[in-house]
Amino acid sequence: MSADTSPAIELRGASKTFRTPSGGLHTAVRGLDLTVRRGEFVAVVGPTGCGKSTTLTLVSGLEEPSEGEVVVAGEPVRGVGDKVGFVFQQDATFPWRTVLSNVMAGPRFRGVPKAEAKRKAREWLARVGLSAFEDRYPHQLSGGQRKRVALAATFVNDPEILLMDEPFSALDVQTRALMSDELLELWEGTGASVVFVTHDLEESIALADRVVVMTAGPATVKHVFEIDLPRPRKVESVRLEPRFIEIYREIWESLGEEVRITRERGAAHVA
Amino acid sequence: MSPEVLSTPVVDTAKTPPDRAHSRARAARRRKIVVAASRALLLVVVLGLWEVLARADVIDPFNFSMPSKIWDQIWTWVTHGTALGSLGEQIWYTLHEALLGWVFGVAAGVVFGIALGRIAFLADVLGPYIKVLNSIPRIVLAPIFVIWFGLGPASKVASAVVLVFFPVFFNAFQGAREVDRNLVANARILGASDRRVTLQVVIPSATSWIFTSLHVSFGFALIGAIVGEYIGATKGIGLLVAQSQGTFNAAGVYAAMVILAVVALVAEGLLTFAERRIFRWKPTGSDS
Repeated sequence: MSADTSPAIELRGASKTFRTPSGGLHTAVRGLDLTVRRGEFVAVVGPTGCGKSTTLTLVSGLEEPSEGEVVVAGEPVRGVGDKVGFVFQQDATFPWRTVLSNVMAGPRFRGVPKAEAKRKAREWLARVGLSAFEDRYPHQLSGGQRKRVALAATFVNDPEILLMDEPFSALDVQTRALMSDELLELWEGTGASVVFVTHDLEESIALADRVVVMTAGPATVKHVFEIDLPRPRKVESVRLEPRFIEIYREIWESLGEEVRITRERGAAHVA
Repeated sequence: MSPEVLSTPVVDTAKTPPDRAHSRARAARRRKIVVAASRALLLVVVLGLWEVLARADVIDPFNFSMPSKIWDQIWTWVTHGTALGSLGEQIWYTLHEALLGWVFGVAAGVVFGIALGRIAFLADVLGPYIKVLNSIPRIVLAPIFVIWFGLGPASKVASAVVLVFFPVFFNAFQGAREVDRNLVANARILGASDRRVTLQVVIPSATSWIFTSLHVSFGFALIGAIVGEYIGATKGIGLLVAQSQGTFNAAGVYAAMVILAVVALVAEGLLTFAERRIFRWKPTGSDS
């Protein structure tokens, strides 16, 4: 298979089992098959704690699958590769670096000369609207601004594959819609393939080409939905369209069941 | 451009009437003055009481001395020098030993702490030994160092090093262990090698831990140097204490203590200054 025609990401029967602190085994992901085409935006939704995030760490190479295979751009994943960008749920900006230095970190880690790294970083800071803040430290920014820094720091590396783990879940609702629009704008210029994990179904439909519904943990693919809403989209307006609501209802039928299972399990644990 | 970039918070105080803001500022100023005055008063009362009780022979002035005698002693040392040479020389000698011991102790503590914090194998092998060494009351090593390294500065530096090493080591170790896993994962994704992760993620995030220990450990370095000098030396404040004690000069012991306190406070001030420069990235709570 040549690198050009192979899908961006392929998970083949991937499983991941963790050892819990109490010595037991916890299977986060079991027999996961998923293919992401090049330049495609895939959103992964599933009940809380079902193993969505684990899927991302497998693709990124931060963790190895216990079983099965993860293939990125035609090559099996061995450790962290240079094609991948990752936006984390929690703040992962370096607090001791200024905004500019944070965005420069990726290129500098990869051996890009300082002047070149600075130029690229400034370019991306301009794109996320933070040029005036390049000398600030992260603690002097708002949550939304810090998220923008994280986006710029990720995009500056030109990732072919963009993994996002509930990146906007800590933001307030308005900032969140705004960031989603900005993300779509940034992404449309790059041609990167995106895997976007979220538990917010609306967010996933508004953003993605395909929505993957995961089962209650251990996670595996339950159903994949094509989202045929036209692009470019605006998150706030697209969710009012009749087609959006139709899709939402359809997916919720599938997702709702898994959420119910998870909830019942939780109740059983408490009891 | 986004709303939260553009919006500037409207400060409430703009709306409060100017005279209220004014009176609030005046109250704050007055409080500062009261605190400073009370502090001075407390010092005067304690010293005055000491002086009066000693002069009235309620407490034995020979054993307990009195502030005026202590001041005379310091003044004599400043103007006429001590029995060992000029006072400045004694201070410099002690400071020099303490600083050397501190630098070596801190360097070793940081290097070992980070290394053990990062390399689990080393931590597993060396961990128990370090615990054992730490449980030894290390001050008893001072006489041994005098035997090993003689009366010169080397033995004092050595006792300062062993006192400084452990607190710095444990803090650096803890700091390296408690690095935010997200930051490490993020750095690795961004393309950082293991070495870069250590240098640019682990060490910066451990610095606040390390700095906490630096404050304590400079005090320890001084203790190490003084105790070393007290046991056997040719120069230094510790020797001054020992000699004063040997000649039943209580004022001399107190005077040396006062001088030491001043030295320690100045060093502490310098350290705090350096810390402020290094930790500009940290939220201080009060600012911004």
